[in-house]
Amino acid sequence: MQLYLPIADLPVNVFLVLAMGAAVGFVSGMFGIGGGFLMTPLLIFIGITPAVAVASVASHIAASSFSGALTYWRRRAIDPALASVLLSGGVTGTALGVWTFTQLRALGQLDLMIALSYVVLLTTVGSLMFLEGLRALMRTRRGAVPPRRQHNWIHGLPLKMRFKRSKIYLSVIPVLIVGTLIGFIGAIMGIGGGFILVPIMIYLLRVPTSTVIGTSMVLTLVTMLVATMLHAATNHLVDAVLALILMVGGVTGAQFGARAGQKIRGEQLRLLLGLLILSVGVRFAVELVIRPDDLFTIRELGVSS
Amino acid sequence: MRVLLALLVVLLLGSVARAERLIVSVSNHRVTVTPNYSGEELVLFGSVEKDATTPADRTAYDLVVTVMGPRADMVTRRKERTFGIWINTDYRQFLQVPSYLALFANRPFDAITSPEIARRQQIGLNNVLLTQRVSGDFADVVPNDAFRSAFIRLRTQRGLYREDPSAVTFLTPTLFRTGIPLPAEVPIGTYEVEIKLFANGALVTKTETAFEIVKVGFEQFVATTARQNGLVYGLATVAMALMTGWMASIVFRKD
Repeated sequence: MQLYLPIADLPVNVFLVLAMGAAVGFVSGMFGIGGGFLMTPLLIFIGITPAVAVASVASHIAASSFSGALTYWRRRAIDPALASVLLSGGVTGTALGVWTFTQLRALGQLDLMIALSYVVLLTTVGSLMFLEGLRALMRTRRGAVPPRRQHNWIHGLPLKMRFKRSKIYLSVIPVLIVGTLIGFIGAIMGIGGGFILVPIMIYLLRVPTSTVIGTSMVLTLVTMLVATMLHAATNHLVDAVLALILMVGGVTGAQFGARAGQKIRGEQLRLLLGLLILSVGVRFAVELVIRPDDLFTIRELGVSS
Repeated sequence: MRVLLALLVVLLLGSVARAERLIVSVSNHRVTVTPNYSGEELVLFGSVEKDATTPADRTAYDLVVTVMGPRADMVTRRKERTFGIWINTDYRQFLQVPSYLALFANRPFDAITSPEIARRQQIGLNNVLLTQRVSGDFADVVPNDAFRSAFIRLRTQRGLYREDPSAVTFLTPTLFRTGIPLPAEVPIGTYEVEIKLFANGALVTKTETAFEIVKVGFEQFVATTARQNGLVYGLATVAMALMTGWMASIVFRKD
C-alpha cells in the first residue's frame, strides 16, 4: 500500500516503513537503546532526505523512550535528581544542535556532517564496545573476577552533589557536559544517544546499573521532544505521518526484542551491539570514500509560486 | 505620415499572424494529490482554426507545447574529492526556474524551425532560459555548461524535466493531442501551458492555458500546518509521540 508522505514529499510503501520500524524496534528492545542510529540511515537509504530523516526520527525515539521510561518509573529505576541535572545540559545541547543543523543546511554541508559524525562516532563507540565485550567474555571464560570499581579523576571535581536514588556523590560539571554533548549530537544526527550515554554513565560517572538505563531514557525522551519541537518550528522538516508509522512499528518490535534480549548474556549482548554499531559506521565511511554515482545534487530553496 | 505607415504595417502583420487561431483544453484543470497518488497523465487537446485570411498553401502545421510548473530557486552543488572524501564544494544558484518543465512537439525541434527562432522562442531544453547567479551577475549560460547540464539531467532523471519531440500527434491536419505525464513527486502549484503553432519554420500563433495541482484532505492539512504553524505542528507531533509511547506501555504491560 503506497502512502504519500506530506513533508518528505515522497510516496512510500506503508508496510516497508512499518517493517523497518518493527525491525529497529526489535533491536532497540533487545539492547535497551533508542535505535535512532539504525533508523536514520535506513530512512536515508529508502530515499528520504537526511534532513527530514533526522527530524522525523527524533519524534519516533521520543515515543519509544517514553514507553520505556514509564516502565522504569514504575520500577523506581529512575534517579530524578540525576535526570534533572543531565536534562539542563541536554536541553541546551539540543538547542545548539538544531541551530548548527540549520546553519549547516544553509551551507550545503549538512549531509556531509551527518555522514562524518556517523563515521567518527559509530566506529569509535562500536569498536570500544566490541573490545570491551570481548574482554568481558574472555574474563568469564577464565572465571576471573571483574576488577573492582575505582574512583577516577572525575570524582575529584568540585560542585559535588548527592544523588540519592543512585547512591552516588558526584560533581555536577561532568554530568552537565555529558548532557549537553548528548543533546547536541542527538539533534544533528537524529539519534537518542542512549548507546553512548549508557557506557559513559557506567564507566565514567560510575552510576549503578540499576538506575542507568531508566535515567538515560528520561534524558533521551526530553532531548528528543525538544529536538522535535525545534525542528518543526525552525526547519519545518518533521514528517508526522512518517513518524507515526515508525512509532507504531517501533513500539511493537521493541516488546519482542526485549523478550529476546533477556535470553542472551550481557557480554554477548554488548559484543553484538558493538558489531552492529561498528558496521553502520563502516558503511557510512565507505560511502564517503568511494566516488558517488553522481557528483551533482539539487536542492530546492522553497517554491514561490 | 511615417508613423501611420508603420502602424498600418504592424496592423497588417498582426492580422496575418491572427490568420489561425488555436483552441485548446486540458482534460483536467485541477489535479488533486491524494495520499495514494502515484502519478497520472493529463491530456491536452485542441484544434487549429483557420479563417478567410489564412494562406491557401498553408496545410502542414508544427506544434510545440511547453508545460511549466511553479517556479522556485534551486541550488546545484558539485562534489569534489578533498582529503580522500567527497565533499560539496562548488555550487550555482538557479533563480526562479520551473520546478516542472516539459516540452513536446510533433517532430524534432530542429526540423520545425531554425536554431535562431528556437533559441528566441525557448524551444527545447537547451534553449529554455534558466537564469543562474554567477558571482553577482544574473544570466543564463551556454547549454553545455557543467552545472546547467547536470541540473537538467538530474531533473530529467526524476521525471520532472522532459522533452519529447514525438508526443504531439495530429489526428487530422488541424486536430491535435498530447499527453502530459505527471510523476508521483510532482510539485504542487499552478502549471502554465504554452502552445506555439509553427508553419514553414515561422511562428504563426500561440496560446496559453493552465492547470493546477493541489494536495487535498489530510495531506494538504499536514503540509500547510507544518509550514505555517510550525510550533503547533511540533506540539501535536510531540503529543502524538507521547500518546503512542503511553499506549504501548499500557498494552504491553507485563503484570
